[in-house]
Amino acid sequence: MRLIFDKSVEGRKGLKISDSDVSVQANLPKKYQRDNPPNLPQVSELDVVRHYSNLSAMNFSVDANFYPLGSCTMKYNPKFTEMIANMAGFTDLHPLLPQLLGGGMLAQGSLEVIYKTERLLSEITGMSSFTTHPLAGAHGELTGVMIIAAYHKHAGNRRKYIIVPDSSHGTNPASAAIAGYEVIVVSTGKDGCMDIDEFKNRLNDQVAGVMLTCPNTLGIFNPRIKEIADLAHRSGALMYYDGANLNAIIGKARPGDLGFDIVHLNLHKSFAAPHGGGGPGSGPVGVKEGLVKFLPIPRIAKRNDGTFALDYNYPDSIGYIASFYGNFSVILKAYAYMVYLGKSGLIDVSEKAVLNANYLRSSLKKYFDIPYDRICMHEFVISVSKQKQKGISALDIAKYLIDNKIHPPTVYFPLIVKEAMMIEPAETESKETLDDFIRVMKDAAELSSKSPEILRCAPVSTPVGRLDEVKAAKDLNLRWHKR
Amino acid sequence: MSFIPHSQNEVSQMLKAIGVKSVDDLFSDIKKELRPKSFDIPEGKSEFEVIEYLKKISYKNATGLINFVGAGFYDHYIPAAVDALSGRSEFYTAYTPYQAECSQGWLQAIYEYQTAICELTDMDVANASLYDGGTALYEACMMAIRITGRKKIVTDSGVNMTYRSMLYTYTSNLNIEFVETPVTHGQSDRDAIYKCLDDRTAAVILQNPNFFGAVDDHFDIVKKAHEKGALVIQSVYPVSLGILKTPGAIGCDIVTGEGQSLGLPLSFGGPYLGFMAVKKEYVRKMPGRIAGESADKEGRTGYVLTLQAREQHIRRQNATSNICSNEALCALRAVIYLSLLGPGGLKKLAQVNFEKAEFAKKVFDDIPSVEVKRSSPTFNEFTVLLPRNADEVVNRMVAKGYACGFPLGRFYKGMDNYLLVAVTEKRTKEEIVKFKESLEAVLCD
Amino acid sequence: MDIAEGLLYTKEHEWVKIEGSCARIGITSYAQELLGDITFIELPKISSELEQFKPFSSVESVKAASDIYAPLSGKVVEINNLLESQPELLNKSCYFKGWIAVIEVKNEQEKSALMDAESYKNYTKELKH
Repeated sequence: MRLIFDKSVEGRKGLKISDSDVSVQANLPKKYQRDNPPNLPQVSELDVVRHYSNLSAMNFSVDANFYPLGSCTMKYNPKFTEMIANMAGFTDLHPLLPQLLGGGMLAQGSLEVIYKTERLLSEITGMSSFTTHPLAGAHGELTGVMIIAAYHKHAGNRRKYIIVPDSSHGTNPASAAIAGYEVIVVSTGKDGCMDIDEFKNRLNDQVAGVMLTCPNTLGIFNPRIKEIADLAHRSGALMYYDGANLNAIIGKARPGDLGFDIVHLNLHKSFAAPHGGGGPGSGPVGVKEGLVKFLPIPRIAKRNDGTFALDYNYPDSIGYIASFYGNFSVILKAYAYMVYLGKSGLIDVSEKAVLNANYLRSSLKKYFDIPYDRICMHEFVISVSKQKQKGISALDIAKYLIDNKIHPPTVYFPLIVKEAMMIEPAETESKETLDDFIRVMKDAAELSSKSPEILRCAPVSTPVGRLDEVKAAKDLNLRWHKR
Repeated sequence: MSFIPHSQNEVSQMLKAIGVKSVDDLFSDIKKELRPKSFDIPEGKSEFEVIEYLKKISYKNATGLINFVGAGFYDHYIPAAVDALSGRSEFYTAYTPYQAECSQGWLQAIYEYQTAICELTDMDVANASLYDGGTALYEACMMAIRITGRKKIVTDSGVNMTYRSMLYTYTSNLNIEFVETPVTHGQSDRDAIYKCLDDRTAAVILQNPNFFGAVDDHFDIVKKAHEKGALVIQSVYPVSLGILKTPGAIGCDIVTGEGQSLGLPLSFGGPYLGFMAVKKEYVRKMPGRIAGESADKEGRTGYVLTLQAREQHIRRQNATSNICSNEALCALRAVIYLSLLGPGGLKKLAQVNFEKAEFAKKVFDDIPSVEVKRSSPTFNEFTVLLPRNADEVVNRMVAKGYACGFPLGRFYKGMDNYLLVAVTEKRTKEEIVKFKESLEAVLCD
Repeated sequence: MDIAEGLLYTKEHEWVKIEGSCARIGITSYAQELLGDITFIELPKISSELEQFKPFSSVESVKAASDIYAPLSGKVVEINNLLESQPELLNKSCYFKGWIAVIEVKNEQEKSALMDAESYKNYTKELKH
């Protein structure tokens, strides 16, 4: 489709802007003024509406497509939470209003939402307290790692390393590194869990923390998790829980009870806030009692009279990590979702998420290799290695799924499985949808010997076929230019 | 549960296919001693009940006040088409467009957003968004350190206090030296900045307009910084660029900013939009996702996420940043907003903001006990010196229906009597005049 | 596997060719195959000092990025500017047109820590299993 910039017609306007009603006719001194106007499109409102409506039709989305994307928890996003997030009483609130009048009296509603969200998340994860400030999962990780650093600094030592397993999300080592740590990578054992002997060997008094996902990216809940936590604690390291996979264990296990000291959650995964084409997310961080003093400021406090206030009196806090209190409307959607589901609803989430994943796993193993074939949690990994021998890759199968209106699973991750496809159906998908997916995957497996060219040429039903990524990275074209 | 479709019969069929007796059997890896010690969550409510409950909570927010608070986050009008288009679930329920063929709509929109940000700032390339204005500034700072191999940062105190605090938080374990030049009410203190500049300086961080609303032309500072081999990072307010000198025109190396003013509601602090644009030689050091143009075998133009080798999912601990999720939906709103305005609309909007603030200054001049600070030109926000504590004045103005400004004493020592007043296009002449009358009345009490 | 005779090799898959008091450096065919289509190389600066087995450059493909380690210590005297516009030479001609830099060898004895073609061949064979 042509770019909105190419649709520009000199003199066309998309919005009427009120004329100035004041009598001042002032101008900025020339030297501070812009020289040339920006080449923004000159288009009508209908031009804009039609352009972006047509673009929207060129996307897969959860509302229209099954999205079994491993570790991303693409569950259905309920409509009523959108409605709540759009209430004017929430959208129109300036974030600095708590700075006016008696510490937060003008923002009691939003402060209450944040406070109650923190309490619910604390109970769900077994933590003492939460901060909602982090703006995405990776931002939560960075906040968590900075809390680890503050804890050790407070105890008078620096410590140098963070341990992550080789199956971890890329954000874990990246967050540790940008916070100033060196990363130790521990390999995965035959059972699909972090090799505990190697872990013991690498653990030393310079290790500040251990970052784990549980269940891990292979969908396996490590039965020895408590032992790992005890080992880490004995050597003075803190345990960090990457909450990307929390959907598997809500109501079944709490990171706090498993021995984790710090946890981040992804409200846009486990708690049904939409992904928005890549964001906004929300990555609240919870901590155990002894670490509460390090949480970012300002904290939300409940006064004795039941009102809420911002509390800056945390001298050991790591400080500000965001402009304000988090991605408020995302937090609000997650809060509404939790209030709606309640206790039994939340437990039902993890049970059906795990049921759906195991149903797919047991059905797909007839057609594909499953390197760690055992009861899984909310996701599992298949390998296309059998088909690879016939020249069909995980990417070919992924593209074939697109032609069948299914968003592909996460491919080539985790890195420890060759030709990996990581499949997470989420609890909101029905048996018919899963059966349809199984049928398409079976077809793909059969086609890989019968007519592999169909797979290799896929997708053919999309506006473009496979794009040349080498060209994109070499002949950089990252923006439109006026001709 | 309405979001979980399984009938009891289906559950039984699925368990049979798996080869287990009960759902509990699927959780056997979680041993009894690892089960929750407590799970004290109230039972659920109906959709209607949740909506009513949260509606009542929303009424506890004082959103009815006439708003003159800005301080980096502004109450601009949002055209209806922005909500309508970004509210299409084909956009908001999609995932990150890694699978390009079924995400062309998103990828093209990002490419268009990148273009709009480059045009707005006069820079070469932009990324697909960062979290917010503050984290964008932090990423710029880390980027300058990577590019120059130096570890000293000179920061103008006119940069938002929260942003500066965030820089200290993020770098507290990294041995980076920060030097802050003192606050002036108006423009950047040249002498102070030049004194701090040396051949160890990675970057100078400036903000335009600065926190006090002062407009500057940082051309001379850029020149001096470049002579020392340091980069210049400028944090900008995008709506002001409708009329203000662009960072590209004065030679800035990295530009960041808060994109909230481009069609995003204030929403108590988020989601907002961190944007970043840089000179093209630095593109491979840039954090975050980037969309680029390419073609398929048949020569059809399409878009992909490119330069992914910079990012965490490939480079892990050596990535340019840990960012994964960004603020895509907010970036979409921004490009829709800018498309609706066009170059003429943006210029007019900026000019109206400027004129209304100038009018407010003139009106305030009529209150003898109030001094409007005029040491430099301003855009749509300015500082006034009150005869008494601004906090107290602000509190009393709330009773009259106004959020009358940001008391600067909250962020700056010794500025207890200063108030920062923002006037956007949404404030009418009548509101401004009545605001002045109310302020006068409060000050006479 | 394409391995050139007469060169010395590192475990990180760089090759070095001794040319009098200087040495020409590049990456091996094994490395370029592993990376896939190379889209970018960050070349070292002329006169920069390399230290044996420390990273001095990096290459990127669409789905991978990798550091390049110095096979020997020394000062960079020449770089292959052609790679800036044609990084594909690293794939197409890794031992000839795709050379990366020439250095002035600082310490001849460091050569003993490198492999000859025969040992490198055996080394890569082992990696494949």
